[in-house]
This record gives sequence, C-alpha cells and structure tokens, in this order.
Amino acid sequence: MKLFSSIGAYLLMMKGMFTKPENFKMYWKELMHQSVEIGMGSVWIVTVISIFMGAVSAIQTAYQLTSPILPKETIAQIVRDTVILEFAPTLVCIVLAGVVGSKIAGELGNMRVSEQIDALEIMGINTKSYLVAPKILGALITIPLLVVMAMALGIYGGRLAGSLGGILPAVTYDRGLLMNFVPKNVWFALVKAYTFAFIISSVSSFYGYNVKGGALEIGRASTTAVITSCILILFFDYILAFFIL
Amino acid sequence: MIEIKNVSKSFGDKEILKGISAIMETGKTNLIIGTSGSGKTVLQKCMVGLFEVDNGDIIFDGKDLTTMNEEGRKELRQQIGMLFQGSALFDSKTVEENIKFPLDMFTKWNYAKKIARVNDVLDRVNLKDTNKKYPAEISGGMKKRVGIARAIVLNPKYLFCDEPNSGLDPQTSMVIDKLIHEITKENNITAIINTHDMNSVMEIGENILYLYNGEKEWEGTNKEIIFNKNQKLNEFIFASEFLRDAKDMRMLEQKGIIDNDRNMDQIMREGGANLVLGDDDKKE
Repeated sequence: MKLFSSIGAYLLMMKGMFTKPENFKMYWKELMHQSVEIGMGSVWIVTVISIFMGAVSAIQTAYQLTSPILPKETIAQIVRDTVILEFAPTLVCIVLAGVVGSKIAGELGNMRVSEQIDALEIMGINTKSYLVAPKILGALITIPLLVVMAMALGIYGGRLAGSLGGILPAVTYDRGLLMNFVPKNVWFALVKAYTFAFIISSVSSFYGYNVKGGALEIGRASTTAVITSCILILFFDYILAFFIL
Repeated sequence: MIEIKNVSKSFGDKEILKGISAIMETGKTNLIIGTSGSGKTVLQKCMVGLFEVDNGDIIFDGKDLTTMNEEGRKELRQQIGMLFQGSALFDSKTVEENIKFPLDMFTKWNYAKKIARVNDVLDRVNLKDTNKKYPAEISGGMKKRVGIARAIVLNPKYLFCDEPNSGLDPQTSMVIDKLIHEITKENNITAIINTHDMNSVMEIGENILYLYNGEKEWEGTNKEIIFNKNQKLNEFIFASEFLRDAKDMRMLEQKGIIDNDRNMDQIMREGGANLVLGDDDKKE
C-alpha cells in the first residue's frame, strides 16, 4: 500500500513540475547552476573510475584469454564493448546515484526541514518546477555527457594498461578497437544514460522534497534515495537490455 | 482584513482545528496564542495555503483562498510576506541575495533599483553593512530581521510571523516586536503573529486569539486580557508567580489603589498585592 502511495506521490510531483515559470531568467540560471553542480562536480570521480575500470577490464580479459588461437586484438574489442555497453553507463550511473543522488536528496531535505521550501511557496513560487525540474534537466544534460566521457576514458584506460603492462602494444589495441564495431552499442548506452539520469535525479528529488522531521530523516532520505536509485538502475538495465539488444 | 470562517483541519484521526472563526484586522498586530500543540502553526499554515483546510473559508479582503485555483493563489501569495520560526533564509545566498530574491523573481527592475530597495529594507530593520554576510555568519536576532526584510521587500498586504521571538533574548525579542508593530502601522498591513511570548502579548497584542486544544477559547485585546475571566487563558498567560503578581499590580493600578512609587513600595512591604486584592477581584 505504501509503495502505491509513494508511486502516486512521485507521479504527482512530476506532474506539478509542468507549469509556466514565474520568471524564465531565474529558472534558466537555476538550470545552469544545477548543470554545473551535477556535471562539473562529478567529472573528477568519473575520470578516476573510468580509467581504472578500463585498465582492470583489459588486464582481466588478457588473463582469461589464454588461447594462442585468439588474436590480441580481441582484448581491445572486449574492453571496448564491455565499457560501452555496461561499465560506462551502468557502473558510472551507480556511482553517480551515490554522488549526485545523495547531494540532491540532502539539499532538498535540508531546504524542506529548514522551511526554505515553504518560504518559496509563500512567495508564490512553484517549488516543484523551480527546485526539482532544473535538477532533472541538469542531470539529463550532464550525465549522458559524463557517460560518453567515461566510455572514452575507459577505452583509453584499457589501452594504457595494455601497453604499460606489456599485455598488447598500443597499435594492436587501436587496431582491435576498429574491428567489428557496432554503432548501435553507443546508441544503446546513451538510451541507458538518459534513463538512469532521470531515475537518479527524480528519485532523489522525490525523497528529498518529501522529507518530514529533522537531520536524522535527511540522512535516511539520502540513503533511501541512493538505494532506490541503484535498484531501479539495475532493474531498468535489465529491461532495456532485454528489449533493445 | 482576513476573515476565518469555521475552519477545521485534521491529520488522520487527530482533529487539530475545530471550527475556528476569527477576524484579522488591517493595520493591527493580530496575535494567535496558545500552548504548544494548540493548533497555532497549523492555523497559520492553513491561512497561507500551505495546508488545505477540511472545512471552512479563509477570506483575504473578499477573496476566498480555499476556492482559489493555483494561479489565484500564486497572485495572492505575492501579497503575503512571512517570517518563519527558524527564519528560513537560503543558506547558500548572502543577506543581500536573500532579500533580493523576491525582487529577482517578481519584478523587472534593473540591478541598481533592486539593490536600492534591498538597502532600503535593510536600513528599515536596522541592519546596515550586512549585505555580503551569509546567514551562518549572523546572530539569531539578525536572521529574524533579515527574514522580516525579505518578507516586506515586495510591500506585502499581509505579514505572517511564526513565533518571531523564539530563541531570542528578551531585549532582542522586544526589538523584533517593536519592528513588526511599526512596520504594520507604517504600511497599514494585516499582521498575524503566532507567539508564546507574554511580552509580545502585552506589548503589541491589539487583537488576540487564544486557541486551546484546537478551539477558539478567547478573543480580545491586550488591555482586556488583564481583566479576562477565562480560567484556561489565565492559567496560560499568568503561568508563573511573577506574572500573576504583575497582573495583580496592573489591576491595582487600574483601580487607582497604586498611584505612585511610594504606595507600591508600601504594598510590597506588606506582602504584595494579595493583601489588597480581595478574592472577587482575583476572579475577575
């Protein structure tokens, strides 16, 4: 029962976002602010994760491909496809659910508890469209960009680990990257990135916006937001893979 | 003027407001008083539309809030200023940005005009040279004054204050009370103040509504409250020995028994007001 009422409240929050802005310039400013907060604020962690993810992927693939029949280029192909199809969109978004999701839930939760949201409502501002919509739009703009960046850095990480570890030369790796490339995989990764960006931002906003209580509840809301986002990301990862691939 | 007609509000099975009716007059400081949990904050939140009432009407100068659509409410809310109990200032914005925010959102003024207005209201609340400070860098009393400045920056017709004195020392509380009272008079606005503070009740209570357990128990002015015969109200207002003595003294003053300092000293030496006031006086 609680699940259904939560879904209902979530949908009502989504519906409440679609109103005419009181002042378009202020909304634009908030969208830019959120885009910088979500995007730029996550560049460093995404960079580190992506490089190591690609590097580890290359080493482990080489470790498993012991057959002399298989060409070394296969390592590059496997790294490329696993990074594009799974690691960059899913793993990075799970990390972003922790980084961005907890930040959104904490920020909105604090605003709710300290009556800042009420203060905005009293001024005649639709807080759903002023506070929540820019966060969702900001995430939809920046998270797919971060995922694309993660794809490039992950593949580069594999190349770096391959050449530094003496697994395969950079030229062989580059040749392998160009073999049997399926452009649909990138499109699929972007579909996942947009879906996960929406899940992370909207679910975290929902839990933060509806906090009741004090500091303890803000912490709880952040944790719930991250857990729910991660579960939904994994669930939709399966659904999208099932229907698109 | 705000007219509250037969307003009821429940949360689940618990009935918080039970058919309250009252009139909040324009140009006056209207106080809502009562013990914790009596429904003051819920009533105020119903009045500004943060909570929906279950029954009844809330009429702002002829316009019923309870039947308004979202656009109508937005329009009305631009005529409402509110000071929250915890000030509700935006943490990440400076004092200047906090006060400028409603101007940015609802006016097309240029930057210079907005800053002039911000400085104007900051000056009005006696807070010069705090423009660039963040809420975390100023005291509780200053936060309240910034909250008042933000609430009045758009020249509202209605000013709501939720426990403006909570957490403040008596001296700062009086400064805040005086400020709200002066602003109410200067701009002829309808001020509605939730308070526990007995100083506020006595100093600025031009129209007082006493809530008890979600019901209207008493209504009157700060002049009338001294002589009220309502037992629940008296237990609430004159809860301490000190306040009961102060009330007795005020009654003696009114009766002309105390006419100068010498008489008061004499009464105090002889055991206080209890010796002078009979039982009938006290019941009144």
